[in-house]
Formats: sequence, structure tokens, C-alpha cells
Amino acid sequence: MAGRLLIEDKEVVIPGQELAEGMDYLPGGNIIREGEKLISVKLGLVNVSNRLLKVIPLVGGYSPKKGDMVIGRISSISSMGWRVNFGWAYDAGLSVRDCFDRFIEKDEDLTKYYNYGDYIITLITNIMGNKIIDISMKGTGLRKLGPGRILKICPAKVPRVIGKQGSMIQMIKEYTNCRLLVGQNGFIWLSGNNIEDELLAIKVIKKIEDESHISGLTDRIKEYLEGEVGIKNGL
Amino acid sequence: MNDSFKDHALNLFSTGFHIDGRKLDEYREISYETGISNQSAEGSARVKIGMTEVVVGIKMEIGEPFPDRLDEGGIIVNAELKPFSSWKYDSGPPGINAIELSRLVDRVIREGKYLDLKKLCIEEGKRVWIVFIDIYPINDAGNLFDASILASLLALRDAKFPHIKNDRIEYKNLSDESLPLSKKIPLSCTVFICEENIIIDPDSDEENFIDARLTIGITEDNVICALQKGGMTPLTAEEIDKMVDLAMKKTKELREIIK
Repeated sequence: MAGRLLIEDKEVVIPGQELAEGMDYLPGGNIIREGEKLISVKLGLVNVSNRLLKVIPLVGGYSPKKGDMVIGRISSISSMGWRVNFGWAYDAGLSVRDCFDRFIEKDEDLTKYYNYGDYIITLITNIMGNKIIDISMKGTGLRKLGPGRILKICPAKVPRVIGKQGSMIQMIKEYTNCRLLVGQNGFIWLSGNNIEDELLAIKVIKKIEDESHISGLTDRIKEYLEGEVGIKNGL
Repeated sequence: MNDSFKDHALNLFSTGFHIDGRKLDEYREISYETGISNQSAEGSARVKIGMTEVVVGIKMEIGEPFPDRLDEGGIIVNAELKPFSSWKYDSGPPGINAIELSRLVDRVIREGKYLDLKKLCIEEGKRVWIVFIDIYPINDAGNLFDASILASLLALRDAKFPHIKNDRIEYKNLSDESLPLSKKIPLSCTVFICEENIIIDPDSDEENFIDARLTIGITEDNVICALQKGGMTPLTAEEIDKMVDLAMKKTKELREIIK
């Protein structure tokens, strides 16, 4: 039986909607196969490339994936390590041996490394089925975050804020002179030299979050940034 | 406490700005509406300072006067900090913060002589009006004190006496008679101090690392009618002078807003 596509490319689909019939089409991300039908599990834009279908979600929370770099907050400290919350229902465990190469004394005060309430950028190394997540601080760029503020955006919009090969984030950094770090979980650490720069960066990130589904995003954001920076410099 | 955020905010304070870009002595946008619940309360008001939102309702009852004040009515202020307004609050009986809030509102209104308690007397020694001021913070995004006091004053201004028929109060049937209020409005401004920076109207993130606060109630004649200090850090005399000066200036602005 030949497959039949029930939707068009770039169409908005809702959870439970049938996208295709027959075995000719393959389910990609956020799509399940039930019998001969492909069904979306998320609200989003459907992407058809040859026989492969996938749904790019428009909204939704963060679900952790192995290898994601996320920004998290230390939520508790024990003798074995730390618990880190990164916007998911369950806290991740950060063990002392995943932080340092050197030997740590058994009764050492762990708060002098990461204290309660500190924000860290960290890497998800392992996810077990029973909601246990291991994270690690060993790797380039993984560290405790310095003075700065934390923004929270919808995790589904993170790829738009980063852009292709980091083009969007690079552009924001260039125009606003702010230091920015984006975690895959939608937490953004932001630190600027003065308040105007920071407020501009926040405004741009919110704009990206609001308008990410409209095409021509990069050009629009560039135009906006040029306009705003021009006003600031009196051009 | 998150030290990195605190350091960042202190850097911004030293350049003269809040983390949302306001000057240190500026309020967020203040808006209010009155008469939001005419069906169930004799007077009501909603005040928003930025994201902070407080609803106040006025209920009136007839009761016996206090034994030492036979010709005066009563004010009873009650504040409840419900868990839906902030993650900081737990359910249960009012805690120390709720009690502080209600007593502060009580003090500003009572000592500012806003309500003429003598005129609430119906029959000396037997029957007087008792005014209940119930404060409900809908969203605590910082500076709950100023929002609550503003909302309480506006709700009192909105309130009307209910009719009395056969010794029973007809709550559904309000008269046109307002409460006996003074024309001069007492107001309060809460001034916060954080490592030598004197600021007003912090948001909920900033409020977490404030060193001390001083709520200053000021009458329209620029007389201090209430003072309440919070926070662990002691204040010097010069700091208090500066804080009072700032509060005098800001209460004038607030008075213009609610006029």
C-alpha cells in the first residue's frame, strides 16, 4: 500500500493529529507510529524531508538529553556532592569526583566550591530510566558562573537564540558587548558592562523568543540591533 | 543566596540603576482601581506596582467598643500571605511577615489619623462600627508594604456604610455615605539599604539580599507618623536622615498619583 501524506510541509500540527498513512513515511522527532499511522505528540511545525517526518515544537518544557550543556542552580549540598536544578522536575546529581581531578578530603567544606544558590554551566553525562541524571563539570567551559543575571526562555526557542553555528548569539554579543551563555534548558546567563547594554540584550532575546516562528528572523534582528545601537550612539 | 546575582546587582546599584533599568529612587509603574468587588465588600481596591499586585477589601460590622475607648469605633487589619502570591510563603496561620505587614498598615492609618474613630460610634459604650481591612497580596514581586498601604487607603476611600434595618446590617444595600476620613492622607514609603546604596521599590529578586529596610509613614503635613525597621543591619543616624528625606520626597509623588 502506497503511503499518503495528510499534511503539508511547515504546517502547524497539534498533539494527536495524524500526519501520514502507510509504511512509506518514517517517524522522526516528536512523532510516534501507531499501526499504519504517524501521529504527532507535540504542538509544532512539521518538517517533511523526503520520507522522514519530524515535528519542531513551538512550546514545551525541557526534557534532558545526554550531551546537553545546561545552566543549573545548586539546590542542595551533601557530603557526596551537590544537587542541581535546571528547570526539570527532578534534580540532577553532581558528584565530587565529576568536578575535580585532585583528592578532596572526606570532611572538606564543599560550599567553598559551589554554594547553595550558585549557578553553574554543566554537561549532562548520563540519564537513567529512573529519573536519575548525572552531570559533570569536567570539560571545556564548564564552570561556576560569575556576576550576572539569569534569564529564562522557552527551551523550544533555544536553537533560534543560538542561530546557525551560533550566528545569532554572536551577533547579539557583537552589538551589545554583553557576555552571554545559553543553556539547552532555556536558562541564559547574561552580564554586560552597563545597564543599557544589558536591557538591549534582554529585549533582543525576548524579541527572538516572540518572533522565532516568522521567517527572515536573522535579518530582522540585525536590522533591529542596528537601529537600537544607532540610537544609542546618536547616529 | 545567589552571590553571583548579588554581586551583579550591587555593581548596577553603584552605577545608579535597578536591575530592570530604573533609577534607584524611582518606583515601578503604579496603577490602581477601586470598587472591584462591590457585591461582597463595602469597599475595595487593587494596586499594582510593577508586577506586585495587592487587593484590599473593607468589611464593616457593628460591635461593642473597647472598654478604654467607649466612644470610638475600631480598625482591625488582617493580612494573609498566601502561597499563590509567592514561593516564599507557606499555607497556614499568618506568620511573622503577615503580622508585621498588617500592624504596619494599622499604624500608618491609625497614627496618621486618617479615619476619625469617634465618628464611627453609634451609641456610646454600646454599639460602634468596626472596620475590617483585609489585605490579600495576589502577587508578591517586591515592595509589598507600599502596595498594601496604598491599596488600604484607596479601599477606605471607596468604602460606603451599609444601611441598617431593624438592627441588622443590610450588606447588599450600601448607602451613599462614605467613611469619616480625613482630607489629609497619610502615606508611607519603604526605603531599603544595601551596602551604602539607598534604594526604593526593589523587585522580589533584589529584596532577597537587602541589608535593612525602613518603612516611614508620613502625613500630608510632613510629620512622621509611623516607623518600622526590618533587616539585620543597624542603621546610622546619617543613613536614617537620608532615608527620611527620600521618603518625604517620594510620598509627595505617591500622593499626586492617588489624588
